[in-house]
Amino acid sequence: MDLSFTEEQEILRKFARDFFTSKLPKKLLKELEETEPGYSPEIWKEMAELGWMGLPFPEKYGGTGMTFTDLAVLLEEMGKACMPGPYFSTVVLGGFPILDIGTEAQKQEYLPQIAQGKTIFTLALTEPSGSYDAASIKAKAVPEGDGWVISGTKLFVPDAHVADYIICVVRTDDKSKPEDSLTTFIVEAKQSGIGQTVLNAMSGKLCEVVFDKVKVPKENILGQLNQGWNDIKRSIDRAIVAKCCYMVGITQQVLDMTVDYAKERKQFGRPIGSFQIIQHYCADMLTDVEGMRLSTYQAAWKLSEGLPCAEEVAIARAWAVQAGERVIGLAHQIHGAIGVAIEYDLHYYTRSLKACELSFSGTDVYREIVAQGMGL
Amino acid sequence: MDFRLTEEQEKFRKEVRDFLEGERKQGLWEPSIDSWIMAYDPEFTKRVAAKGWIGLTWPKEYGGQGRCAFDRFILTEEMLRHGAPAACHWFADRQIGGSILKYGTEQQKRELLPKIIKGEMYVGLGMSEPEAGCDLASLKTQATKKNDHYVINGQKTWTSGGKHMNHLYLLARTDPGVAKHQGLSEFIIPKDLAGITTSPIIDITGNEAWNEVFFENVDVPKECLIGKENNGWRQVMEQLAHERSGMERIMANYPVFEGIIQFVKENKQLCQDSIIRHKLAQLKIEFEVARLFMYRVALVIDEGRAPEWEAAMSKAYATAFEQRLAATTLEILGPYGQLAPQSKWTKLNGMAYHSYLSSKGYSLQAGTTEVLKNILALRKLGLPAG
Repeated sequence: MDLSFTEEQEILRKFARDFFTSKLPKKLLKELEETEPGYSPEIWKEMAELGWMGLPFPEKYGGTGMTFTDLAVLLEEMGKACMPGPYFSTVVLGGFPILDIGTEAQKQEYLPQIAQGKTIFTLALTEPSGSYDAASIKAKAVPEGDGWVISGTKLFVPDAHVADYIICVVRTDDKSKPEDSLTTFIVEAKQSGIGQTVLNAMSGKLCEVVFDKVKVPKENILGQLNQGWNDIKRSIDRAIVAKCCYMVGITQQVLDMTVDYAKERKQFGRPIGSFQIIQHYCADMLTDVEGMRLSTYQAAWKLSEGLPCAEEVAIARAWAVQAGERVIGLAHQIHGAIGVAIEYDLHYYTRSLKACELSFSGTDVYREIVAQGMGL
Repeated sequence: MDFRLTEEQEKFRKEVRDFLEGERKQGLWEPSIDSWIMAYDPEFTKRVAAKGWIGLTWPKEYGGQGRCAFDRFILTEEMLRHGAPAACHWFADRQIGGSILKYGTEQQKRELLPKIIKGEMYVGLGMSEPEAGCDLASLKTQATKKNDHYVINGQKTWTSGGKHMNHLYLLARTDPGVAKHQGLSEFIIPKDLAGITTSPIIDITGNEAWNEVFFENVDVPKECLIGKENNGWRQVMEQLAHERSGMERIMANYPVFEGIIQFVKENKQLCQDSIIRHKLAQLKIEFEVARLFMYRVALVIDEGRAPEWEAAMSKAYATAFEQRLAATTLEILGPYGQLAPQSKWTKLNGMAYHSYLSSKGYSLQAGTTEVLKNILALRKLGLPAG
């Protein structure tokens, strides 16, 4: 066993941290939140030039051929910086399904575009039911002529308002069981029949996407017909772990900010960090963040190695959600009133952490996966 | 980064498992919880010694196997998983041997280490005193130098398995005239010296868990001093990191965990109850995170560093987990949870009963959770002292 990062990963981490620190001051973060796209296309372009959009993709598709564990390091730093923008949507939700289940032609066509930062992707999975299971998907595609026609409403789709393509999971069969009746399509986002509405959400840009008889050529099926759910599972696991990586970064930054604050803030003539209760709160936060990091990287490494990891993913996710809530709760308690003031930075992390926690299913679902793994 | 064990390590784990399962099949012992601190069986210890599994990490020149700390964690993990009666050698193997290696004289190494390795030398820990618990450095037991020996007077308490031990590790004051941390020294002494008496302390489960040890004008040869006189505090700090860091902080109740999972599996109604399923899954999630904390400690030891904050973190977290494990198990067992091991109708051989009661001490022994969190806050996070 080896829990250390490679030299390459350490270099990537340092470079990313310096990059985000210099390019993304909190003042800019505030401004970007209020813009329509919600991110900086200039920073996006620079990130593409650094090779970050294609980081986990093979070189033959324009990527840098690094591993999922390498990507985890970058995602952690993005979480630490509260970096806004469609990186997760494009690289994780868009790129990985294409890499995992796409045809050679699809990989050749889309992955280089992603790697160059020219194209923004997202994934439309959830619907108004708010559930993440196959049975809840009601949006439909029916065959018509040489292709398919998609109708239905997708909800909580990240960054759909700026996406060039939406990977869409829809029902293509009414008779079989839910898991065997869904198909995944790559849909051009800026065509008639598709309407995006940005929702007023806690953090980031989440959209409603309405598909009104949207025509899609049959070449745009990603993976196998009616096997979309089973095909995309591995990519969803990657997305869940990717969110955990953000959460590691977010909570690490929250811990760092809180410890700094506890060292500086004086009450009763001494730094509040010299009071044992505050020290123990900080120790608890540290333990939670470390547990999050170890379980997240364990899952990321298993994904990287192509090993079975349903249980490790579930453990990482369940732990991150629970520990994240504890960490942010204590951070606010230690910060006192300033922590909830909009002029202070903590709220960026509070909001984006909660948004991570609310993407994908709640902990009950993951506990059930663990229970099944235990043979219960 | 690599979360795999090596092929050799997997093989070693299997070898240990096969050995322990073979012993169980022969009916040589029954699995128990807290076996590392409660189950004393010199014959078992000698059989483990014959396998070369005591002093696994110590240099070959002193009879050890020269293997890494991670391998020892695999070994101890399996011992605890099977609830094997390993208490006779546990303390010496975990922390005393390491201290001798680091601070002992060549003669001490040649004399003491082989005895531990052969499973003949069992060392009880004499640190805490009635007035020196968390504030260990305020201890009062005195070792007064007199010609070529020391004279010990005082009292130790909470010495685990005192009656089974044939040696004692002792932290005593050798210079009362200096600051409390500066006048301490470490000794390893035979327990049968004249002037040493012991008195049992019965714990909440009804077992003789500890002993008080009294020293009255005990003459100790100067060769029993470990390391430098008055350097004891620095030396013991490192030992404490090892004391806190082992798999026993997470695996000591594994037979309870395994037992309650099996109990639920065999009861269809319980097994289909999502609340019960989730309670057990939650424990499993917490257990697996704790295991990663433990493995990290082993890796830190193998880097050649004392796992100070890592061990503090893993122990504080894992003992709280073990308390939740015991409480949840009793909750699932319902009224049966309150039946003692020997009682008619008891479930899981009464292990959960024992586990719940003794778990109240887990967050106290070898550094209270509060002391451990102080270590995290002050030494890892750099918060100012109060």
